[in-house]
Amino acid sequence: MIRKMLVCAVLFLTNFTAASLAQTSLNAAGATFPYPIYSKWFNEFAKSNGVQINYQSIGSGGGIQQLHSGTVDFGASDMPLNDQQLKDLGKSIIQFPTVLGSVVPAYSVQGVTGEIKFTPEALAGIYLGKITKWNDKALTSANPGLKLPDQDIVVVHRSDGSGTTFVWTDYLCKVSPEWKSTVGSNTSVKWPVGLGGKGNEGVAGVISQQPGALGYVELIYALQNKIPFGPVKNASGTFVKASLDTTTKAAAGTKVPPDFRVSITNASGKDAYPVSSFTYLLVPTQWQNQGKKDAMVKFLTWMLDHGEPMVTALDYAPLPKQVAEMERAKIKEIR
Amino acid sequence: MSVSLACELNTQKRPELHLADPQPNVSKLEVVASTTPEPAPQMRRPHASTAPDKIFKYLTVTAALSVVAVVLLIVFELVWHSRLAISKFGFGFFAGSDWDPVSGEFGALPFIYGTLVSSLIALIIAVPLGIGVAIFINEMCPRRLRTLLSFTVELLAAIPSVIYGLWGIFVLVPFLRVHVDPLLKANLGWTGLFTGPIYGIGMLAAGVILSIMVVPFISSITREVMLTVPQNQREGVLALGATQWEMIRTGILRNARVGITGGIILGLGRALGETMAVTMVIGNRPEIAKSLFAPGYTMASMIANEFSEATSQLYLSAIVEIGLALFLLTLVVNGLARLLVWMTTRGSPSRVYG
Repeated sequence: MIRKMLVCAVLFLTNFTAASLAQTSLNAAGATFPYPIYSKWFNEFAKSNGVQINYQSIGSGGGIQQLHSGTVDFGASDMPLNDQQLKDLGKSIIQFPTVLGSVVPAYSVQGVTGEIKFTPEALAGIYLGKITKWNDKALTSANPGLKLPDQDIVVVHRSDGSGTTFVWTDYLCKVSPEWKSTVGSNTSVKWPVGLGGKGNEGVAGVISQQPGALGYVELIYALQNKIPFGPVKNASGTFVKASLDTTTKAAAGTKVPPDFRVSITNASGKDAYPVSSFTYLLVPTQWQNQGKKDAMVKFLTWMLDHGEPMVTALDYAPLPKQVAEMERAKIKEIR
Repeated sequence: MSVSLACELNTQKRPELHLADPQPNVSKLEVVASTTPEPAPQMRRPHASTAPDKIFKYLTVTAALSVVAVVLLIVFELVWHSRLAISKFGFGFFAGSDWDPVSGEFGALPFIYGTLVSSLIALIIAVPLGIGVAIFINEMCPRRLRTLLSFTVELLAAIPSVIYGLWGIFVLVPFLRVHVDPLLKANLGWTGLFTGPIYGIGMLAAGVILSIMVVPFISSITREVMLTVPQNQREGVLALGATQWEMIRTGILRNARVGITGGIILGLGRALGETMAVTMVIGNRPEIAKSLFAPGYTMASMIANEFSEATSQLYLSAIVEIGLALFLLTLVVNGLARLLVWMTTRGSPSRVYG
């Protein structure tokens, strides 16, 4: 019996190695936010092209670390790498935007039936701890039709380091000079006020349990879990509710530089939702292994042609056309 | 799971008892809750080969030393990867209360405070509860109920901590906020421990959820240790006219206290290192507040929260140094607990005074 099992195991192993030698495989690690769409893409790509891509969603920071130490072929990050990070990385990379995400203000205020609209001033004031009541002027003046109660605002933020926090604080930096000088933006910051919830589910859990709570979650999480959220006033003065469409419009209305490193928060288009961002693949420019390089190029091209149409089904916002075209040209720089 | 837990407890228990037992030479009257046999007399044939014994000896020595090596390696790795933060902040790291990844200011004090206070609350609740459960199951419980009850208690140890966390946020926190916290505030608000706005989420909620997670450790070990007290000991004390409570107190608990302390230390270890359940309900705010309603933060949950997305080298190194601090804290707390056991048992051997 044991011998039989051993033989089976050996046969299985040899089969397995033979199969994996026959095809090229790529290893990648990084951001958790785009993991559902990446795993669908890699799965579909393996079926049609026979190239296996293994992706570990360990977080953007971890992805950058692993790319630095060379344990993965490419990385993924929810925010563009800044100059210092690029220098620390020690290799030249191209940062390809793949999909877009948005962050929305979610709340639970008892007795309020309509949607609460948020101005940038109100959001910054609340997160700085200066606006503490739901019936503060900054909120009531933007919501003339609603009767907001005299209730304390319980501020909720992410406790884990996250690209979501980066987008949210990046937005607050742009709309509030005081936030920029006292707090700043990062994957996790020193919050002036509030409770921390772990992950989107932690924040959503606190919001649903605390009367008068206000927090921020990813649009995709709010949509899939039917969490109510409010529109935010954008740079051109209109209140825009986050959706896949208004998220893509935020990118379309921003001038994207050749290296794609751009923050699209507080975008100026009329229908642009102001708290949005790209998520990136970090792909090295120089490749030693020709087979791997070909596979990488093949995947990026496939992603733009066949991958992008799949994203809306999973509640991600697709890239605007002109960004996709810029990427197509940029792929040629991989050697 | 309950079986594997029992095994784990068994292996945990014996060295605990043996090491902490300050009175190796026991007189006949003393009943020590340890079953270590007397060394056997030499039975080996005079000319038998000693090679197997030698191999056996080296194997066990290697096994024992490898544990030490792993611990040393952990210390080395922690120090090595936190060298950036150590050289930048020095000892100020442990006294600083700023945690600002944007400006690169890091201090560990709020996390150390949060870890200690939440574990202390957990023990204050769990120790009487755990020992009470053990006494009931062992000494008073009807036989039919015994298996069911002990199985249920041990099942608590098998629940993954993320489940505890989610249960905490959706059941425990609202319950505390609506029913318990206002009561504490009205009656014990004068202590200063139960003041300020009530969120439900906070240090108290973390302590309560930890206590539930720690109870099975304390009660299971207490039960095991109580079982090692011989039956005639119980009968003897009862025969002297003791009530059941007196019998349990003088005849059993007194003799089993070293082992019970071992169980409490094990539970404390779990409480100090717990991440997921705590982070869900503690509020994750690096702040030192006197009120237990206020949000706090623990070292273990901070590491779990921020490690994966730490963006700069200094930030990462500060997080590793928090890990080092947690390691040292566990060491100190364990040392203190052992000292406490040694001090309380030194003067009074585990014996029953007729």
